[in-house]
Amino acid sequence: MPLTGQEINELKGRAKQLRRDIVDITFWAGGAHTGGALSMVEIMVLLYYKYLNIDPKNPQKPDRDRLILSKGHAGVGFAPLLARRGYFDFELLKDFNKFKSPFGMHLDGTKVTGVDVSTGSLGHGLSMAVGLALGARVKGESWRTYCVLGDGECNEGSVWEAAMAASHYGATNLITFVDRNRFMVDGPTEKVMGLEPFTDKWRSFGFVVKEVDGHSYAALSAAIEEAQGETGAPVVIMANTVKGKGVPFMENDVRWHYGGLDSDRLAESKQLIDRADIG
Amino acid sequence: MAEGLTWNVYDANTMTQVEVYGEVLARLGAEHENIVGLSADLAKSTKIGVFADRFPGRFFNAGIAEQNMFGMAAGLAKAGLMPFVSTMAVFTTMRAAEQVRTDICYQNLDVKIIATHGGISFGQAGTTHHCTEDIAIMRAMANMTVIVPADGIECANAVRACISRPGPVYIRIGRGFEPNCYTSGDYGFEIGKAVEMNPGTDLTLVCCGITVLQAMEAAKMLKEADGTSVRVINMHTIKPLDADIIRKAIVETRRIITFEDHNVYGGLGSAVAEVVAESGRACAFARVGIPDCYSLVGYPEDLYCHYGLDADGIMAKVREVLGKDFEQDESWEDGF
Repeated sequence: MPLTGQEINELKGRAKQLRRDIVDITFWAGGAHTGGALSMVEIMVLLYYKYLNIDPKNPQKPDRDRLILSKGHAGVGFAPLLARRGYFDFELLKDFNKFKSPFGMHLDGTKVTGVDVSTGSLGHGLSMAVGLALGARVKGESWRTYCVLGDGECNEGSVWEAAMAASHYGATNLITFVDRNRFMVDGPTEKVMGLEPFTDKWRSFGFVVKEVDGHSYAALSAAIEEAQGETGAPVVIMANTVKGKGVPFMENDVRWHYGGLDSDRLAESKQLIDRADIG
Repeated sequence: MAEGLTWNVYDANTMTQVEVYGEVLARLGAEHENIVGLSADLAKSTKIGVFADRFPGRFFNAGIAEQNMFGMAAGLAKAGLMPFVSTMAVFTTMRAAEQVRTDICYQNLDVKIIATHGGISFGQAGTTHHCTEDIAIMRAMANMTVIVPADGIECANAVRACISRPGPVYIRIGRGFEPNCYTSGDYGFEIGKAVEMNPGTDLTLVCCGITVLQAMEAAKMLKEADGTSVRVINMHTIKPLDADIIRKAIVETRRIITFEDHNVYGGLGSAVAEVVAESGRACAFARVGIPDCYSLVGYPEDLYCHYGLDADGIMAKVREVLGKDFEQDESWEDGF
């Protein structure tokens, strides 16, 4: 079902709040992986407010859908989303990165409610997602596993080992996203270690590829619903995004892979976020 | 009989350690529906294939891709299953070390790893297939339990016991052709509790894996030839280490030697040395293992002889340590 205009407006409001939260936490924490957190906002908001079968009041609900944020460094975008969704008090995030805080830049699932799997080391998420998907199948359960990859981490061989396994075992209860923001720490992905022809790689590993605008709710939503109905092969949604999306001075600037904000820049960021119309 | 075994002792004695593992796991699979198995194109040689044949829907061959296999195991554990993972020790603890550490140990998941071809048990294969670093690596990972069974019967006990031990467990076995030192499994196997195989008052041998049987034979010969009373301890669990049995040996025998099919750095010898040093008591102490080198190639029995890990080598080392002037007084001013 296509999203209604009202739904899209609500999602835009959630995304705006999340972007404000991301820059706030970047300020409180003294620095964060802001760029890659901003690029995945529409993907994550759409999943957490529309598609995931979850219940924040019952976070261990056995039939919940699982989500693995394989690009774990984007925890600064994940933690506030979970807080706003009702898993824990947002005020706790004021201690992000601080001594004894449950929230470090890469979220620990043993400490943070709502995080199914601890991530942070790149190239690990898809393997664990395949394991979860096969586990659901062994147990005869119908919940789905969603995995959000960064594009840079697809340099890791283990991602392709996992892709091979997902395809070999026909893990159609797994839906994979690539947040294709085209930047990694040392520069553009195609300069550091080229990924193109990227979608061809996924296809040749046996995936059905859906390439979409990763900031368009309509496009993402259509791709997710098609992926949910796919029975022949696992699906990867190649979401073309902009690193730093929503804060123009951060967009496509590799320095914002990890950056810090002073109070003036924080205020400016929030004004820019409020002004932008994304989705 | 070991709890995991219901066939007779004769069968257990004619089966290799890995065959015992395969059979026990298959039987446990019938008792526990949540057990799943994984291997990386080594289902046959690690014998997890016995489980795979019996429960094909609960077994996943990852192909030759160990990193993904251990990640998948973490995911399966997160789904509420109990994965048993088997491949060679060298690929488990080094090729996939970070997945074992970050995906499994960090999340404290119920993944049971039965790693084969530990030490130089696959001697003829050469250094690429030896693994004399795994105990050191595994015991440095928080949450991990590390077990090195002495033989097939103890392997059966360990595999069964690891099911009720929460969190990750690493069980290191050899290639599987090692003779048994136990004739029965009913000796009260308990993870973290070492077994005294032979009483003794002059010196204590602390062993794990293949060296246990060799030490038992050496102790018997030393008693007959020299009248020496040698205590033999089977330290089947390296982590958590049974420190009490070491402290008791320090007080009662004042001399300890460790023997292991592992680099002398970081393994059983180092673990025991930590207890000895922290005890604050004087104790003659020596470690025998692979002397910080990549092993020669050869059949394991020749290599164990070369590195002093067989009964003859153990006897020689015992005589050397007993023959040394061992100072128990407080003459610290003597210097080195």
